[in-house]
Amino acid sequence: MSRIKDGNYNTKNFNISTDSHYSNENVVSVKGLRKSFKKLTVLDGIDFDIKKGTILALLGPNGAGKTTTIHILSTLLLPDKGIARISGFDVVKEVDKVRSLIGLTGQYAALDEYLTGRENLQMIGRLYRLSHQDIKQRTEELLELFDLVDAADRAVKTYSGGMRRRLDLAVSLIASPPIIFLDEPTSGLDPRSRLIMWDTIKQLAGSGTTILLTTQDMDEADHLASRIVVLDGGKIIAEGTSDELKQQVGSERLEITFMNTSYFEKAKEVIQVEKFHADSKMRTISFVTTGGVHQLRQVLSRLDEANIEVESISFHSPTLDDVFLILTGHSTEQSNREEREKEVFKQ
Amino acid sequence: MTRPSFRTNIRPENHSKFYWMLSDSFVLAQRSIKHITRNLDQLFSVALFPIMFFLLFRYVFGGAIDTGDMSYVNFLVAGIFVQMLAFGANYTTMNLAIDLQRGIVNRFRSLPISRSALLIGHVGADLVRNMISGLIVIGVSFLVGFHPVASVTEWISIFCLAILFSLAISWISAIMGLIVKSIEAAQWTGFIVIFPLTFVSSAFVPTDTMPGPLRFFAENQPLTHVIEAIRSWLVGTPIGDSGWLAFAWCIGIIVIAMPVATWLFKRQTLR
Repeated sequence: MSRIKDGNYNTKNFNISTDSHYSNENVVSVKGLRKSFKKLTVLDGIDFDIKKGTILALLGPNGAGKTTTIHILSTLLLPDKGIARISGFDVVKEVDKVRSLIGLTGQYAALDEYLTGRENLQMIGRLYRLSHQDIKQRTEELLELFDLVDAADRAVKTYSGGMRRRLDLAVSLIASPPIIFLDEPTSGLDPRSRLIMWDTIKQLAGSGTTILLTTQDMDEADHLASRIVVLDGGKIIAEGTSDELKQQVGSERLEITFMNTSYFEKAKEVIQVEKFHADSKMRTISFVTTGGVHQLRQVLSRLDEANIEVESISFHSPTLDDVFLILTGHSTEQSNREEREKEVFKQ
Repeated sequence: MTRPSFRTNIRPENHSKFYWMLSDSFVLAQRSIKHITRNLDQLFSVALFPIMFFLLFRYVFGGAIDTGDMSYVNFLVAGIFVQMLAFGANYTTMNLAIDLQRGIVNRFRSLPISRSALLIGHVGADLVRNMISGLIVIGVSFLVGFHPVASVTEWISIFCLAILFSLAISWISAIMGLIVKSIEAAQWTGFIVIFPLTFVSSAFVPTDTMPGPLRFFAENQPLTHVIEAIRSWLVGTPIGDSGWLAFAWCIGIIVIAMPVATWLFKRQTLR
């Protein structure tokens, strides 16, 4: 047993920046936003800003308040308290101004099933009050950009899920709004469509569009967003760049898998690690390593003394999954964990 | 691979608020009208329903219904005609409920469009659909022995009343579409509200054989006035007060239902 691989040690730098509100750079600025539905508090006072041309991801599980935030910002919902401004315009008082600046792509494709892709684009273009010439030109551009030229004259109900999402995004871009809200833009998409969507979103941000997206997927936030706001139960529990969030969690995580459930249960009692996550389905215990190899040796000898058989041990650099796990105490998504981990040795 | 870049220099056109309200309504009506031809089920029922009902009453029930000196076909046409307009309005209820259930209303709401445009669009499409149904009814009626005696002015009166009636019932249907919580419920409202309204009237049978309270309702409800007025213009039955009452009812309903529907829509889609 020697030096553990994947030495992605980050410098301990907890410099999670706090921008001043309402600076010129901030295209979206949210302060003290609260919203309750009857007795259920959905947003419990959140603040964040988005700089021009950047992507901010609202990350959180179902019911964290992501969609509610998007709905308030896109003027569909009134906040109970707090202020939200889009390019300086108040989302409560200056509704029409805000609406002319934003594009919204909701969780469920908001398209007309019986119209063709082209007709959907043209209809929304006209409702955005563009000139007929602009609509025509823009429609063709977007169809090409989103690889929908061949399907342009087919009814949307014949489209695949990926095509719908692409068209949905294309439709919200028809008036080339400077700010786009994307509510879970890739949920339910196959991996290929997801990559295409990611690519498009990146290009969009590259062209100067400011983007707020929500996601339950750590990977997605990691890939796309320059800043991540982690929401849970209507509160912001962490904020920063992907690296900053990872740093909060520590440099590396150790994951131990046990031979059977009784070993697993016993291990939970003897392991003596401050904060660990136990996954009974996978029979794994994972925790942040603070003491490096020394700690590993300690843990292993403790398990050994208790006659607990270990199946495998692995290290991996923290993923946003881990961040979430540590910040909220509950996991969001267990999938893909196996792919990311790097096995050190097997017994 | 070179892809066209994202443009960011598009500006909306400048027109008055009123222009945009008309334009938005027109765009959304266009959308709903396209649904009629794209959605085969809808097209089918719009075209076939009146024909079925017509033939059913003409040949199955017709022989057993006593309409005095007048042939039953001549009696029936006005009734079927008005019934089809009333049934057609149920599409407003349904399509509105469908729109509200799906995400598309949120998209419309996030656009800088006139608030009542979606309602006006649905009602407008209903009018087009009803005109198709109405023409089919009149067309079929000639094939099965209908002999109208209407003059040109009377045809024009029929046309005007048909439009007003269609609008009135569509606005009521819009209210129902805004109240119901599901698409299934929207289908039911047609059965619970419009079905009895068309049958407890003078549409298919003379009202004088109905029991007291039912007869009173049948003779005084708006549909009967509309039917009686149209029947009178078509085949020359006595019109009584039905002519002006029919117009008064329709205009009255529109004047009340339109703002109510708009208010409901705004409240429902309010933030």
